[in-house]
Amino acid sequence: MRLSIYRYDPDKDERPYIKDYEVQLEHADRMLLDALVKVKVLDDSIAFRRSCREGVCGSDAMNINGKNGLACLTKVADLPEHVTLRPLPGLPVIRDLIVDMTQFFKQYHSIKPYVINDEPPPERERLQSPEERDHLDGLYECILCACCSTSCPSFWWNPDKFVGPAGLLQAYRFIADTRDQATAERLDNLNDPYRLFRCHTIMNCVDVCPKNLNPTKAINHIKELLVKRAV
Amino acid sequence: MALSVRKFDAIVVGAGGSGMRAALELARANLKVAVLSKVFPTRSHTVAAQGGIAAPLANSTEDNWHWHMYDTVKGSDYLGDQDAIEYMCRRAIEVVVELEHMGMPFDRLESGKIYQRPFGGHTQDYGSPKMAMRSCAAADRTGHAMLHTLYQQNVRANTQFFVEWMALDLIRDPQDGAVIGVTALEMETGEVSILQAKATVFATGGSGRIFAASTNAFINTGDGLGMAARAGIPLEDMEFFQFHPTGIQGAGILITEGVRGEGGYLLNKNGERFMERYAPNAKDLASRDVVSRAMTTEIKEGRGCGPDADHLLLKLDHLGPEVINHRLPGIREIAIRFANADPVREPIPVVPTAHYQMGGIPTKYTGQVVVPEGATSESILPSFYAVGECACVSVHGANRLGTNSLLDLVVFGKAAGEQVIKDIRSLPSPQRNLPKDAGEASRARLARLDAASSGERVADVGNDLRRTMQAHCGIFRFPEDLARGIEKVKEIAARAQRLFIQDKSKVFNTARVEALELDNLVETAMATIVSAEARKESRGAQSRADFPERDDKNWMRHTLWYKEANRLAYKPVHLKPMTVEAFQPKARTY
Ligand SMILES: Cc1cc2nc3c(=O)[nH]c(=O)nc-3n(C[C@H](O)[C@H](O)[C@H](O)COP(=O)(O)OP(=O)(O)OC[C@H]3O[C@@H](n4cnc5c(N)ncnc54)[C@H](O)[C@@H]3O)c2cc1C
Ligand code: SF4
Ligand code: SF4
Ligand code: FES
Repeated sequence: MRLSIYRYDPDKDERPYIKDYEVQLEHADRMLLDALVKVKVLDDSIAFRRSCREGVCGSDAMNINGKNGLACLTKVADLPEHVTLRPLPGLPVIRDLIVDMTQFFKQYHSIKPYVINDEPPPERERLQSPEERDHLDGLYECILCACCSTSCPSFWWNPDKFVGPAGLLQAYRFIADTRDQATAERLDNLNDPYRLFRCHTIMNCVDVCPKNLNPTKAINHIKELLVKRAV
Repeated sequence: MALSVRKFDAIVVGAGGSGMRAALELARANLKVAVLSKVFPTRSHTVAAQGGIAAPLANSTEDNWHWHMYDTVKGSDYLGDQDAIEYMCRRAIEVVVELEHMGMPFDRLESGKIYQRPFGGHTQDYGSPKMAMRSCAAADRTGHAMLHTLYQQNVRANTQFFVEWMALDLIRDPQDGAVIGVTALEMETGEVSILQAKATVFATGGSGRIFAASTNAFINTGDGLGMAARAGIPLEDMEFFQFHPTGIQGAGILITEGVRGEGGYLLNKNGERFMERYAPNAKDLASRDVVSRAMTTEIKEGRGCGPDADHLLLKLDHLGPEVINHRLPGIREIAIRFANADPVREPIPVVPTAHYQMGGIPTKYTGQVVVPEGATSESILPSFYAVGECACVSVHGANRLGTNSLLDLVVFGKAAGEQVIKDIRSLPSPQRNLPKDAGEASRARLARLDAASSGERVADVGNDLRRTMQAHCGIFRFPEDLARGIEKVKEIAARAQRLFIQDKSKVFNTARVEALELDNLVETAMATIVSAEARKESRGAQSRADFPERDDKNWMRHTLWYKEANRLAYKPVHLKPMTVEAFQPKARTY
């Protein structure tokens, strides 16, 4: 398999460049991450993040032949023989395939990602019906990989102002939780030309999410709630 | 050149479930806390836990903490400390209900209460054939739900995280051995500094990467154990390494026991549900050590499946798409991706896979680290605490029950937090003085790596270590294999002193990180195999071909391994619970 990989080490490189690698894959090397680990044996200076190798930790998001995805969930068999890997677009590159995710997490934190409920809790669990709980499906599973936000043109142009699909998906996760009492406050926080309304339903985010989540749908729910509240 | 020093009330090394639960307690008490993690907190391996967290909520079946305690003691093959086990089981409801109040998205029953499923070894009425539904679950993503919830609460509490900082070595006060902090490498800049604190809490997780076939993430390299061992602190019960019955063959990815809890079962090549022969009552929900041994025996005796007769099949299609999609959606996704099998239609090929380290840094139920000193075998080591998989409390003894680890993380994470607060508030003076050579050991390790212009490749040495452990210290252990294995690990340890990395950059040098991790893998592997060779009995996860029986007369005791000369010492098991009658050791059948 042939890989062309974006390389940049600010410690020694003046500018980024693309380096080509050729690796022999074995039967057990199913995923792109397996191939990358092989590359690292050849050249230990290539830097990328990885941990769980099963698509739950969100470490190894990268741009694979122009599309964002997780290396550990991308089957080699589904890729062409020649693959180009770049860091996630739109975020500052620290080194090689490693980007600085500060801005992404800042937006996540800005939506107050925790259940707000100031009533004294009961002795046992708060009750929630299975149907109410079902509303959280498709929302809580997000692994904060940033594939979505870094494929969203609105986030590229305004990463400091637009919450981005990942953050908005989580904003809706808490609005949808029957245990949360801060819906009004959450909507106020998002009712802003930039924070929410920069989303023009381009749908890139849905297309790339490795967990098959649908940020656009969540964003539309929030927009509907704002409309409803206005009338 | 002196290293820069930062001072805190407390530092927590590790941001998995246990570290974040401890941190939350500390942040809420308004202490100045630093939480270090090699990865962004939600990328810690707790995120991969699937099946559930144990608590006798009795939402579906009758249950109470006494039954849970009995199961845990029996599951531990009587090596667990009964006081710590009582403590954990009594606090289970409290900590799980707290998680729910924090917003953890548990599945629900029609009653609106938390959904619970059966899990291996969890029974009603002190081991009766009736299973207890005790595992509180968020589909098959319980760890993800728990870890994100704990992170979210820490965001709310303004916890200070040092993300992508790797702790390298412990710093101890030469006077009395107290721990006064760590050296740490900031990956982004390559800078090493000293983080000093009145309390240091280790929550660095497991070491599953010492085996070739493992359910564990790349980052599970036993760093806390390596740091403790290098600082002269013993490691307890390291021979007990759990092999999970159902890792995907070839890939190692875990298929939760929750699959069997929901009604799935194992088949051999004859289509026989073989667990009925090994554990007539509990069958596929017998304890993990029992099921893994049965599977290995089936394969050894030629009843494995596939062209190489090298795996078994986990069947769950009979549960129907409804149950699979609702309760086990992540498993379906994983099986399709990593085993090319859609469990709605076909079984999943599985083999027992290295999963969980029962041993670790010796602690008591307060999280305080305890070491032998003079005539006492458990003297508190000042200002050092350990929680989660890197600690040995010991609640899991020789074999952990599924869902008891997530419980362990939150019970002892919270307890350690409470203890740290108490200890810090009673300290007379603010910070101790750093020894003159503080940080020297870490600097020497880094200097050696930077200076090397040739030597061994990290990947080669690591792979040899993993292969050796797999071949010599697996599910069934043979005396000659263990003895030869020790020699091999010693050779590998010597090679690990001569590592060479091409990458000399200061910025995010992952080659350097992997080289530093290898030191910890080597310490952990050595502790495991040396302790295994010395224990001349079979108990829980340790199964010796030459000593097939449990030997309570000679071996009802905890192992302590010291790095120095591979010395071993032993200490008694706490057979006395806190308030209830002790459970006397019995033959263990399921
Ligand atoms: C696939 C899988 C499924 C599981 N399912 C279940 C289940 O359903 N129920 C159950 O009870 N148990 C389960 N377990 C076991 C349980 O998940 C783990 O034992 C537990 O999550 C470990 O948590 P922890 O807090 O100790 O460590 P981890 O979550 O592993 O976190 C370790 C932390 O330490 C940090 N760290 C490590 N070394 C350093 C260093 N040198 N410097 C700085 N930071 C460092 C890491 O970055 C990380 O933040 C499962 C385990 C696996 C592997
Ligand atoms: S749908 Fe909205 S959030 Fe998603 S990519 Fe398009 S603009 Fe961005
Ligand atoms: S929504 Fe999907 S793509 Fe976006 S961060 Fe979450 S998991 Fe990643
Ligand atoms: S390595 Fe964890 S998501 Fe890919």
